[in-house]
Amino acid sequence: MVSAMEIYTLLPKTPCKECGYASCMAFAVALLNREKKLEDCPPLLEPKYAEKYKKLKELLAPLEKASETGLIIHPEKCFGCGNCVVACPVNVAAEPTRCAVGLGPQGEKVILVVEDGVVKAQNIKECRRFGPNKVLCNACMVTCPSKAIEFV
Amino acid sequence: MLVVTCPGCSLLCEDIELVLKTGAISQAKNLCRKGYGHFQSMFTERTEPTIDGQKVSMDEAIVSAAEILKGAKRPLLYGWSNSTLEAQKVGIELARKLNATIDDTSSFCQGILMERVLKGRVPTCALDDVRNFADTSVFWGADPSNSHPRILSRFAYYPRGEKRQKSYEEERTCIAVDVRRSATAKLCPNYYFRVPPGGDAEFIGALMAVLEGKIPKFGDKKRMIELGTVLRKTEYGVIFPGLGLIYSLQEKMGLLEALVARLNEIATFKVVPMVGHYNMRGFNQLLLDETGFINRVAFSDGKATHGPENSVIEASKSCDAALVIGSDPLSALPFKTAQRLAKVPLIAIDPRRSLTTDAAKVVIPSAMYGLEAGGSAIRMDGVKIEFEAMMESDLMSDEQILARIKEAI
Repeated sequence: MVSAMEIYTLLPKTPCKECGYASCMAFAVALLNREKKLEDCPPLLEPKYAEKYKKLKELLAPLEKASETGLIIHPEKCFGCGNCVVACPVNVAAEPTRCAVGLGPQGEKVILVVEDGVVKAQNIKECRRFGPNKVLCNACMVTCPSKAIEFV
Repeated sequence: MLVVTCPGCSLLCEDIELVLKTGAISQAKNLCRKGYGHFQSMFTERTEPTIDGQKVSMDEAIVSAAEILKGAKRPLLYGWSNSTLEAQKVGIELARKLNATIDDTSSFCQGILMERVLKGRVPTCALDDVRNFADTSVFWGADPSNSHPRILSRFAYYPRGEKRQKSYEEERTCIAVDVRRSATAKLCPNYYFRVPPGGDAEFIGALMAVLEGKIPKFGDKKRMIELGTVLRKTEYGVIFPGLGLIYSLQEKMGLLEALVARLNEIATFKVVPMVGHYNMRGFNQLLLDETGFINRVAFSDGKATHGPENSVIEASKSCDAALVIGSDPLSALPFKTAQRLAKVPLIAIDPRRSLTTDAAKVVIPSAMYGLEAGGSAIRMDGVKIEFEAMMESDLMSDEQILARIKEAI
């Protein structure tokens, strides 16, 4: 996954503050959090930065696939093992008699569910990473044997 | 929506939800990728009854199969691990009637260890006990993330159990001993122990030394002592030996037995073999009850003899006809054995096309277990699981086909 530092190195680094942030590093973090767009940096649109702009576009392209919580699922890598389904604290709270003891979920309240052999995310609003007061939970990511789950 | 049991691997998951439409699965919930592949295969490359590649009726194929078996002096009946207990039972009766050699995939798979487990020489437990009580799971020479995808999430590491409410976060430890950093080893990076290929016997020796309080002479000393400390602190440990350990130890399986006995002096330690096919343990159990041996059995006048000469590798040299059921020995076994099997009149009972059905003289299609036919099977931990037919099918199950062949003989 792309880091804020990688984005920063490609930015113009003219602390013009036209984007509304105090520094280019702060703008890079905002880009990563998808709060700002590349077009919000006026110097970057100048012809002399055209190459860097193109590179940044490529670098940030995978972020567009991420959900509101920054969750990216690569279904082609998933084994369907269900480790994330059983580890997710929201799933466990929603179905204490099934997800908590290793069975697959039945209801609709859960976030992660294995469907057609691969994991799928739903009810993203229930995730602990959702909203401004988010908790940086990563239970689904660390329990994945194939790195099919990533967070931005 | 149908709730089905998945016979994709020996975990026999019972919480699968399927929605079927004609000719395809429209939705499958809780099914791992391996199981999904298994169910999907129902709709592709199904077999048809054939004799010498010519399409015939089911009755003709069965009569022809019965004739081949009847005319043979030393027929070999092989496969069985992908059939239900009912079919296996008929199969053993058929072998007795034919004075045939009967063997299953455990012959070159988990057989050596399974014999010790079934005869009670190695302590074992149910997977539900693993979930409820186990705090240490050791995957040795096995990569369950690939072979049994749901074992970690259903039993061994992630679920909460009766005495393990805090699960993997605080109360459970997962240890991987393997020749390479497998997908499972990546989940327990602190407790991954690398063994060189074939080095498991030395690894066990070093571990025994650590448990005795000596300095190990093999591997990274610090890491070995670390492993010893984890095992000492364990309250209820379970070792899951995979094929890597079995192939590496072979005749030295007594070492594992000694290690488990030594560990049991410290705390409760159990062994659950990582069986591949969904009902291999069932066949071993049935044959043990009937004859006293788990595999490699030859019948003559109702008497059973056991020995390496009756294994599929050796029996393929002397047999003059073979019946293969629910297995693909031509692609799985060594080339020489496959070549010998392909030369004898071969009868294949299989729901799907494989190299074996391609080379077989007589092919008899059977119903797919789990969906088109029901029955019972024994899970890798010895628990009997029953499942029912979920959809109507014109195809006969393995059990019915074998009964018909037996009748015709």
